Amino acid sequence: MKDDKSSKGNPDRRKFMKLGLMTGITGLSGATLLSNLASQEELQASGNKIKLLTPDGKVVEVDAENINKYPEAHITPAESREGIPNRKFVMVIDLAKCNNARKCVEGCQRGHQLDPHEEFMKVQLIRDNEEGAPYWFPKPCFHCDEPPCVTVCPTGATFKRDDGIVLVDNDRCIGCKFCMTSCPYSARSFNWGHKDKFENTDQPYSPETSVPASEGTVMKCDFCPDLLRQGELPYCAKECPMGVIYFGDKNEDLVTNGVETLRFSQLIKDRGGYRYMEHLGTKPNVYYLPPVNRQFPLERGFDIDEEILDRYKDVPEVKEYKAKAKK
Amino acid sequence: MDIAKRKKELVKEFAPNIIHFGALSKFWIGLLLALILTGIAAFIIQVVKGHEVTGMRDNVVWGIYIINFIFFVCLSYSGAFISGILHFLKTPLKNSVMRIVEIITVLSLIIGPIFILLCIGRLDRLHYLFIYPRIQSPITWDIIAILTDLVGCFIYLYMTFIPDFAILRDNGQDQPIWRQKLYRFLAMNYQDTPEQRQRLNKLIRTMSVMIIVLAIVAYSVLAWIFSLTLQPGWNSTIFAPYFIVAGLYSGVGVIIIAMFLVRKYRKLDHYIRKIHFNVAGLVLLIISLLYGYFTFSEYFSRWFSHKVHDINLLNTLFSRYFWEFIFANYIGVLVPFFIIFFKRFRTIKLITFSSVVAILGLWMNRYLIVVPTLETPYIPIQDTRAEFINYSATWIEWALSLGGIATFVLFFMLIVKLVPVVPMSGIIDNERENNNHKSANKIR
Repeated sequence: MKDDKSSKGNPDRRKFMKLGLMTGITGLSGATLLSNLASQEELQASGNKIKLLTPDGKVVEVDAENINKYPEAHITPAESREGIPNRKFVMVIDLAKCNNARKCVEGCQRGHQLDPHEEFMKVQLIRDNEEGAPYWFPKPCFHCDEPPCVTVCPTGATFKRDDGIVLVDNDRCIGCKFCMTSCPYSARSFNWGHKDKFENTDQPYSPETSVPASEGTVMKCDFCPDLLRQGELPYCAKECPMGVIYFGDKNEDLVTNGVETLRFSQLIKDRGGYRYMEHLGTKPNVYYLPPVNRQFPLERGFDIDEEILDRYKDVPEVKEYKAKAKK
Repeated sequence: MDIAKRKKELVKEFAPNIIHFGALSKFWIGLLLALILTGIAAFIIQVVKGHEVTGMRDNVVWGIYIINFIFFVCLSYSGAFISGILHFLKTPLKNSVMRIVEIITVLSLIIGPIFILLCIGRLDRLHYLFIYPRIQSPITWDIIAILTDLVGCFIYLYMTFIPDFAILRDNGQDQPIWRQKLYRFLAMNYQDTPEQRQRLNKLIRTMSVMIIVLAIVAYSVLAWIFSLTLQPGWNSTIFAPYFIVAGLYSGVGVIIIAMFLVRKYRKLDHYIRKIHFNVAGLVLLIISLLYGYFTFSEYFSRWFSHKVHDINLLNTLFSRYFWEFIFANYIGVLVPFFIIFFKRFRTIKLITFSSVVAILGLWMNRYLIVVPTLETPYIPIQDTRAEFINYSATWIEWALSLGGIATFVLFFMLIVKLVPVVPMSGIIDNERENNNHKSANKIR
């Protein structure tokens, strides 16, 4: 993390940020480098050996010649099935702080080269019952531990990794859309038509970046494993100005929103954290903190594009607001 | 009884049906070809422009393609089921409808899976299903079940054709050379010796049992594609038996319509008689009761226990889809029931009419199972794009659907041009049996 906040960071946070930490001149992901080396049969040794530290803490020595060939860490579809060792990623979303700033959505769209209507992270306006007040509900993919989408995939194009992340390999996807019908959270979207950005070959495709997308295949929120490998937070958590989205590692029992780092288990206990629609048995890895003692009135979230506000036009509060605005 | 002579007579009797293409059938073939070509054009557009040209979007990801898929495949399973059961009935009546049922079975099993292919975003990667198969996926089960069923039905259909191919081979001297050659090849040196006949009958009987089992397995798996998901309208324990009953309902309906058309245009009043319609009508009556019962149980328990998401679905069904719901689940069940229930309505035309109503109702019932469920997911759809909120099929989808139906009808017409629609061998078998009875009585 290069932002100012992190330099102040406490020891816990630094410990967390060790995730994917890289030393060495290039700052490459060592794991990738290693596997790239393994696949590279014709090594032209320069004689110059350089010591690198891999994310799982091993010191390795590689030939200097090989390093400059891979200016960016690229995780191939096969490698992306492995997962980052010893991690169990988890997200906590604090509903009390969300005011629909939509920075998470925009950051995610920028990071994944998505068009305006393509959203991996959606912000819904949810009202649990007639008495309850509506609240803003950011909804990524829940990366379930019992993912119905993975079970039904006929080709293994979508898979669950050891680190808890559910990814889609759009090189493997045949576009049957069975995963979309079996996801109870509508987390997935489909590339219905052709777009020029699919042909962008600036960077090779990796399920970890979900870029470039491909026509006739499924895509969804990926928890940004490419950023995690570099020790950064996912785009949504990074961009949120309110610190709504905490992200971290269940094994280390730590989550951070970039400002504060908290014990995951304590946070869930103290704040009554819950998982959405627990009764479905999908065991999500995204937890919510209930919208109590809210920091912003709901209306703060109405200051958005007319077109986006229209999405929520069935919610009474939005109806009232729109009626007032007309006068 | 001189069997060889009788065979010759039968070939002569059926010859006009087989060989000549009248003006009417030429017109129909032209029309069907036009429909099929439109379908092919639509398919090309869909391949070139992508699935954007369909009405399917992120929420309703499956549209009328999958409905047609279920519809045709269920037609096939019920055909297999019915013909398997018919083989065990010792009645001379069955002979006249046997072949119609078998042809419907195989044809719909070929056309059904084509519709599921239209749903697939990346047809160029279809082989991945075999390169990277995952046995956990119900789709893989479905592929295995359908392929097995297809092979089984095909073998079965072919075996029932062999005796007739042999008859046509032996009595077709005045036919074109290519036909003679074709029949000789297809008859597989079947000489109708008692030994051969016995062996073939035994095989057909074994196959007919296997086909019933295959039909039940394959159709259950198809139902599971829906009921194994968590979606409110789909996650139901009775879906597999419900689909099987629904399949039989449409299957009997299509068989009745086929009987009606064959009888009318092939002038086979002598073979397909009123009693066939009566019996088939009664079967339709019984299945309509079963089907109505399953439909009622399904919706009643959802309504009574009123879980939020079930109620959302029912609200959609009773508002946006009100008339469709009434048509599918009231008219589609009750009209056929009442027509056939009263004896004086049981005429050939009315029974056929009630079959048409049953089939249309059933198709709509499938539509109401697939589309409204996808339009009411657990997390409410909050979108401003109309096409993402509600599904409506585009002309591409309709053109391909009609193309599929046209292919079905066209192939049916062509197959009954190749072999008589009423098995000649069956007629002879029946007569032979009658003779045996008579002579046995005489000896006594």
